[in-house]
Amino acid sequence: MALRSDWARSREETGKNRKKGRRVLLKGRAWKFGSNIDTDVIIPARYLTTHDPALLAPHCMEGADPDFARKCAPGDILVAEWNFGCGSSREHAPIAIRGLGVACVVAKSFARIFYRNAFNTGLPLLEVPGTVVDEIQSGDLLEIDLEANQLTVSPSGKRYPVPAIPPFMRELLDAGGLIPFVRKRLRQEGRYRET
Amino acid sequence: MTLTEKILALHAGLETVRPGDLILVRVDLALANDVTGPLAIERFQEIGVETVFDRERVVFVADHFTPSKDVASARQCQQLRKFARAQGLVHFYEGGEAGVEHALLPEKGLIVPGDLVVGADSHTCTYGALGAFATGVGSTDLAAVMASGEIWLRVPESVRILLRGELRDWVESKDVILHLIGTLGVEGARYCALEFDGPAARAMGMAARMTMANMAVEAGAKNGIFPADEEVERYLRGRTDRKGMFLRSDEDAQYRETREIDVSTLEPLVAMPFSPDRVIPVREAGNIPIDQVVIGSCTNGRIEDMRSAARVLAGRKAAPTVRLLVFPATQECYRAALEEGLLSVFLRAGAIVGPPTCGPCLGGHMGILAEGERAVATTNRNFPGRMGAIGSEVYLTNPSVAAASAVLGRLGTPEELGGTSWP
Repeated sequence: MALRSDWARSREETGKNRKKGRRVLLKGRAWKFGSNIDTDVIIPARYLTTHDPALLAPHCMEGADPDFARKCAPGDILVAEWNFGCGSSREHAPIAIRGLGVACVVAKSFARIFYRNAFNTGLPLLEVPGTVVDEIQSGDLLEIDLEANQLTVSPSGKRYPVPAIPPFMRELLDAGGLIPFVRKRLRQEGRYRET
Repeated sequence: MTLTEKILALHAGLETVRPGDLILVRVDLALANDVTGPLAIERFQEIGVETVFDRERVVFVADHFTPSKDVASARQCQQLRKFARAQGLVHFYEGGEAGVEHALLPEKGLIVPGDLVVGADSHTCTYGALGAFATGVGSTDLAAVMASGEIWLRVPESVRILLRGELRDWVESKDVILHLIGTLGVEGARYCALEFDGPAARAMGMAARMTMANMAVEAGAKNGIFPADEEVERYLRGRTDRKGMFLRSDEDAQYRETREIDVSTLEPLVAMPFSPDRVIPVREAGNIPIDQVVIGSCTNGRIEDMRSAARVLAGRKAAPTVRLLVFPATQECYRAALEEGLLSVFLRAGAIVGPPTCGPCLGGHMGILAEGERAVATTNRNFPGRMGAIGSEVYLTNPSVAAASAVLGRLGTPEELGGTSWP
């Protein structure tokens, strides 16, 4: 299965309408969660006998809201307080979130293994100032412009500047995740053989 | 440079590194288990290289849902086995060869001071106890390491924890790390290296150090690390011929902060549900009746932990309302517990002695909780639903407190039982 991120797809689509093609616009409904949302809550260990996104997605965030998977729509955005994704190294957590079609996770901070796993598998994360998260309620419509580094919250219509995704992480997302990124590097170094 | 910075610089081929630097490092050992391994294998195959970078340096351990709990988990082990055989991996452990990975790898002598280890398991940081840099990553990261032998890392800031004083009776290194997590918070050391030093750190045996380094991730840390000393040298004797690099932080090393803990002031502690940083003295927890006690895991499943529990359980019985489950973390530990008579103590106390497995710790199998049930466990996490149903509760303690709680039928300390008749 080729790892193809929603990010790369949406970049291609929006790119058609722009010369430079770096504009990425994410629009979706906000689902707000608290601090220290851990991987046991994102996807309980008892479901880790598979890594199929379609099988994991129905249990995503089960520990915080058992109905979440039914309510969440593709393109929606998770919003959380501090330390989102703490706990285990299970990559099944970002896979489950992406399995629901979630476009992006916005939080005051992320746990480090989750942070790596998300970008490695093509799920964009946005670390934003706490005051911005405090302004967002569940059900708000969010518009994130990753070129202008701006987040708009509706219905209030307020706009906030947000920090840019670090260049290396952006490179990973643009490549479609770590695997295509590594393939490219190994090929450049002549260590890659077609099998 | 700090100890962590020195190891990273050596593996990046650089003279110096600074916190915040993104570096590409050479990996000495890469680890995966039956939960994270199958995904890593599939991602590895997508990369398109034929063989792993070094068949002696990629280690697979089947320990999470083993002995296989269902068909799906049996398939995961099968996938590991097939890949390990096809690639000729030297270190593939399953069945009677296996054990809880972070107890097993040090026993097998696979880690020496100065090593750089990555594992697709968050508690890979345990190996910092041997003076190695060790950190947890996801399956995709591990796949890239399996192919290339390298990984990108951000150099972490270091936080120095100086330990002094002597531990009181029934207080163990678990209480020291719980105390630290309680004061730092679950993200207090996020992205940082936790460096443990000081006379009380040097006085700790390997098992005690592993317990502390193991839970560094529970404070959000990238790695936990002890400078290697004679104790590590002693531990490795007979386990490996590799010498390792015995490094220390420089006098002028830069730390984000330094904290001192006088461990003689600590008493038995508990992390209350639902977070490892909700730490209070057991004495202040009140009357909390319990349904289950779990003694084991990569945190506290070593022979020293078995002795600690047996010291309390000798001549006593678990309360009839409590299911007491004991899981020696490895076969070596299991055999030692048998030969020392500890298994007999556990069985007479009414315990179920299970095989080496991660099973109950992560709510996998062999001790799942129903709604409303409470467990005292020597494990490392107590998030909602960690050991079973949402609404079940896990209280994290050291092994002697867990054993005492089993006898009391509620959360409590060995002191409440009036001590021990065991040596």
